[in-house]
Amino acid sequence: MLLQKKMIAGHFDRLANTAKTGEKAVYTFVPGNLNELIWAFDLLPVHPEINALQSAMRKQSGDYVLEAEKAGHSEDVCTYVKSDIGMMRKGNIGPTGQRLPEPSLLLLSYTGCFTFMKWFELLKQEYNCPVVMLHVPYQADGRITPEMRKYVVKQLKEVVIPKLEEISGKKYDEDKLRAMLASSARSEDDLVAVWDAAKQKPSPIDAYFGGVYYIGPIFTAFRGTKECESYYRTLRAEVEQRAKQGLGPVTPDGKVHQEKYRLVVEGPPNWTSFREFWEMFYAEGAVCVSSTYTRVGGLYEQGFRHDPEHPLESLADYCMGCYTNRNLPSRVDLIAKQIEDFQADGFVVNSIKSCNSFSAGQLLMMKEIEKRTGRAGGFIESDLVDPRYFSAANIKNRLESYFQMLEARS
Amino acid sequence: MTDPTTEIVEQCRVLYEDLSFTAVKQWKERTGGRAVGFMPVYAPRELIHAAGMLPVGIMGGGENLEIIKGDAYFQSYICHIPRSTIELGVTGRLDCLDGMLFPAICDVIRNLSGMWQMLFKDKLVRYLDFPQEFTAGIGGAFYRHELEGLLQQLSALSKVTVTPERLRQSIALYNENRRVIAKLYDTRAKTPEKVPTYELYLVMRASNVLPVEEHTALVERYLAAAAKRDRKPLDNARVVVTGAFCEQPPIALIRALEASGCYVVDDDWVLGARYLLGDVKLGDDPLTELANAYLGDTVETASRYEPRRKKGAFLIDSVKKYGAEGVVFCAPSFCDPALLERPMLVEALNKAGVPHTSFNYAENTSQYHVFKEQTGTFADSIKLWGAA
Repeated sequence: MLLQKKMIAGHFDRLANTAKTGEKAVYTFVPGNLNELIWAFDLLPVHPEINALQSAMRKQSGDYVLEAEKAGHSEDVCTYVKSDIGMMRKGNIGPTGQRLPEPSLLLLSYTGCFTFMKWFELLKQEYNCPVVMLHVPYQADGRITPEMRKYVVKQLKEVVIPKLEEISGKKYDEDKLRAMLASSARSEDDLVAVWDAAKQKPSPIDAYFGGVYYIGPIFTAFRGTKECESYYRTLRAEVEQRAKQGLGPVTPDGKVHQEKYRLVVEGPPNWTSFREFWEMFYAEGAVCVSSTYTRVGGLYEQGFRHDPEHPLESLADYCMGCYTNRNLPSRVDLIAKQIEDFQADGFVVNSIKSCNSFSAGQLLMMKEIEKRTGRAGGFIESDLVDPRYFSAANIKNRLESYFQMLEARS
Repeated sequence: MTDPTTEIVEQCRVLYEDLSFTAVKQWKERTGGRAVGFMPVYAPRELIHAAGMLPVGIMGGGENLEIIKGDAYFQSYICHIPRSTIELGVTGRLDCLDGMLFPAICDVIRNLSGMWQMLFKDKLVRYLDFPQEFTAGIGGAFYRHELEGLLQQLSALSKVTVTPERLRQSIALYNENRRVIAKLYDTRAKTPEKVPTYELYLVMRASNVLPVEEHTALVERYLAAAAKRDRKPLDNARVVVTGAFCEQPPIALIRALEASGCYVVDDDWVLGARYLLGDVKLGDDPLTELANAYLGDTVETASRYEPRRKKGAFLIDSVKKYGAEGVVFCAPSFCDPALLERPMLVEALNKAGVPHTSFNYAENTSQYHVFKEQTGTFADSIKLWGAA
């Protein structure tokens, strides 16, 4: 966790210093991001969702959301967007207290979330900077067709890469990209080993609350870098060592001594009360052995790896493969499989007000998963970064009742 | 003397209120054909028609449908149209449909396609992924392939082989329909006293369930009847209504808006019927022509990426074209596309000096006084001071 925090802080430092270094920032989104391609042009990736969630963990997002609402943004829409707009209107001071650079380009990788498009349209108006759209088709039938791949690759070749060349002033260097993709694949191998470790009883990790720290580097600015590889090598060794020793996960309050319930979690976490939320689980001995949120940036356990032999095709498959770009039946299959593979006692849906991409359809998914696995589902509601939508008492009540039900069933 | 449009409007009202889709069932009985539903905003109905089937626009259950089961499928913060559509589905009201198409518009409708796959396994369910890249060789090629795949599925469902000639005939019929609808809109803008918006709305909604040939004839009859009206224009404020392209406002809300002193001179409800602004060419490869029409001359709406023009340019064009004095943002609660779009459109209108007002509704909203007061005040402010 410390290493990961250091890496993220270092990246924010680098972003804060672009005025001196002359480096250019490309804003883009986490799911299906083109991190290696951005780095291949020596551009700096910035992920607005990460800024928003980091602001929430530092208790800053509430003011940002209000600022955006004062400026006319609806109460009904995504709070990631409003936190970002509010932050920008208050001087674009990032979560570490340093000013973020303005984007030289908005790389609109339109993957798995409709709101992304509106978000960058809004930012385009605010920053008056160029936007390049990468439209990523949805896996409506649960598969990637050759035509879908061709469409994304064509956009990469004919639209995205020329724009990155123009912004960076550098020619596309495929060898450089290949080297980064090879590095990504090595990190991905290590991450899969970390996830697999949770199949053991007790699980050495919490794959949801702890999991969001584990995905930090690979889903954001670091995938494809040496730092990232080193982080996942270290993480894997640490987790495998804990597994060997039969230790449970580490939480903010120390070790989990007794793994009472093994859970799979669907949906993103709440960020404004992240620690309090986590505590509601570990205080009851509930360990999250797998989660879907940690797959928004890729389902590596299904075998996908970035492939240096087919760089653009592999980027295309990566974009199309992220969790929220899969249809509901595929999401049900995935959760049911996680429940079986990780020997979970049940699953919890954290339904996020801001995120229709995740949330619409979750109640039907729940029914179907219960029917298929015979395991009980718990349902709670919260939001990403709006503190007004985290009702601790309600959530705690629901979770306690759910745990009691699991207890009664065991 | 009887109002010349009464009979036509009454026919449209009956179609609008019939949540059992009797007209669709009758068409099926009459022709032996099948029917395929589609959600907003736009679907290439020409393909369904060419496959010998009836395209049926499904725009939720509106204000007259009591939601008994649908609410159990959605959280409170999700808009109303998916819950009423599910209600229609699980209560058997959509059994007359042999398939459903879910156009890419937002995450809710996208996920609704997955729900439909899970709930109605014996039906054709297809998500229509529209390109957000608009060059012929990239987005056009992708979309043409999507259309080809859709046509194959439709053809397999109806067991009708769709030849290029057959598809061209369907395109020609829809071109005619779009032209007559454009005339309807122009006529309303020129003489809103003769074409009340609630009537226009009902006439448009009829396009959801009538065969295209019948709808074209209906619009023509309506226009001829409306022209006979001898009404004097009121001193109303001319407004464009925007934001209602998916979940539809209750008809009583539309009436309340008009009764508050507004002439609606343009709107974006039932938008799919006039999404393509010009004729689709009747070229050698009709699928390519449909794809090209989608890439080219269409409306601008929130679910469509607009790389070329400034946000709001299309709305301002509409204000100018129809001589509007203000804009009413009228969007469903929790509608991500409309509500995320709104601040950008507001900024564009502010820069252009066009007054505007905003409110949200749900398709089953039953209290209209607040809306009426708001739009009434807006209309008054335009009339009294020339700006809101």
